[in-house]
Amino acid sequence: MLTDNNVLTKADARPVPHPYSGSDTKAFRKSGAKKLTTEQSTKRMAWIVQVTAIREKKDKAAFAELFAYFAPRVKSFLMKSGASPDLAEECTQEVMATLWNKAHMFDPTKASVSTWIFTIARNRKIDLLRKQRRPEPEDLPWGPEAEPDQAEAIGLQQETEKLGEALATLPPEQRKLIQRAYFGELSHSEIAAETGLPLGTIKSRIRLALDRLRHAMK
Amino acid sequence: MKTEMKQIKHHLTEPLLMSYAAGTLPEAFNLVVATHISMCDSCRAALAEYDAVGGEVMLDVDPIDVAEDALAATLALIENGSVDTPVRKAAPTNSVFPAPLRDYVNGDVDAVKWRKVGGGVSQMLLSTSKDASVRLLHIPAGTAVPDHGHRGTELTLVLQGAFVDETDRFGAGDVEVANEDLNHTPVAEAGMDCICLAATDAPLRFNKLMPRIAQRFIGI
Repeated sequence: MLTDNNVLTKADARPVPHPYSGSDTKAFRKSGAKKLTTEQSTKRMAWIVQVTAIREKKDKAAFAELFAYFAPRVKSFLMKSGASPDLAEECTQEVMATLWNKAHMFDPTKASVSTWIFTIARNRKIDLLRKQRRPEPEDLPWGPEAEPDQAEAIGLQQETEKLGEALATLPPEQRKLIQRAYFGELSHSEIAAETGLPLGTIKSRIRLALDRLRHAMK
Repeated sequence: MKTEMKQIKHHLTEPLLMSYAAGTLPEAFNLVVATHISMCDSCRAALAEYDAVGGEVMLDVDPIDVAEDALAATLALIENGSVDTPVRKAAPTNSVFPAPLRDYVNGDVDAVKWRKVGGGVSQMLLSTSKDASVRLLHIPAGTAVPDHGHRGTELTLVLQGAFVDETDRFGAGDVEVANEDLNHTPVAEAGMDCICLAATDAPLRFNKLMPRIAQRFIGI
């Protein structure tokens, strides 16, 4: 479907000062099926505002908007991972309820809302479909960050957006392999070490945050 | 003065990190991965990236309609408080075992119920799903684990001490990822007993007859 490589991306020369002032990143697609990158980044910031509204005001309208966008995608992802339509429906509702319950734990400097919802869905999938415990890494004492750093949050959203674009513009065969890995159709020994994705930027950002944390703990 | 961060040299492979993010590894492997990440900032950061890839894969699927009353049903779930969302407390401690491993042992290194398996080596099998197995190994300083090969994949994470094999030295936090190609004889370094967490998705293949017979009794 998204085989056109017609994405023109100007690298961001400077951090964007405000979530709604847009960025220098411009992307065009012939199909017009996807919106412009700028709009996509704005959309990611809007998701953060919605999660914050749930956390701070128990805002059902904000929840309804997130639900309308994410629930059908979570359901589809679960069905592609082997869940029956009924189980996927049930599981999706639980994932979205968990989003509400854990809204206070979401940190936009560590993840995009899409990443966070994916991890909730994945954990629920392991519980319900595979009936296994999921050992999770030890939590780090990040400490209470009343006001997450805005520039950090925006930077991470933009990098996640770029990762999504890179995935969409991979050669179809390669993109298919990555999807199959996440749907559970490939074992770890069948996954190639080279994904073709431009990985590294999100990793470096998180790594810097970890270094700062370790430094603060000394 | 500053304490040096443990220098971890041997990390998880990219396919293992991706599979852990995807949630498709056997539970035994998940335990080794989660324990290593607890000790390794570099792999923790890499995992965040593979989680992000998962999020983008999820956004990329064709949406499938949810039930008409799905939103109302979900709001009802929230009102009833019927969705269990357990939160594990952050517990930074000075224990030998990171939190995910403590969950499986029910405590730290002093809670391990060691069983002798011969040659001075002791082990404790941890209970996981049957598609792979994971055990703690206690290898006295200077002792060798019998020469063995692998049919599947074996992950060995050092928790204390160090071992050396034909490929390199593995210290605390290091993980060795071994497959069919590797025949090795890990030897615990002198000076300190070595404690490892080892997972495998197929039985090991010992190269001498005696350990092969012993294998039937100790279940590795």
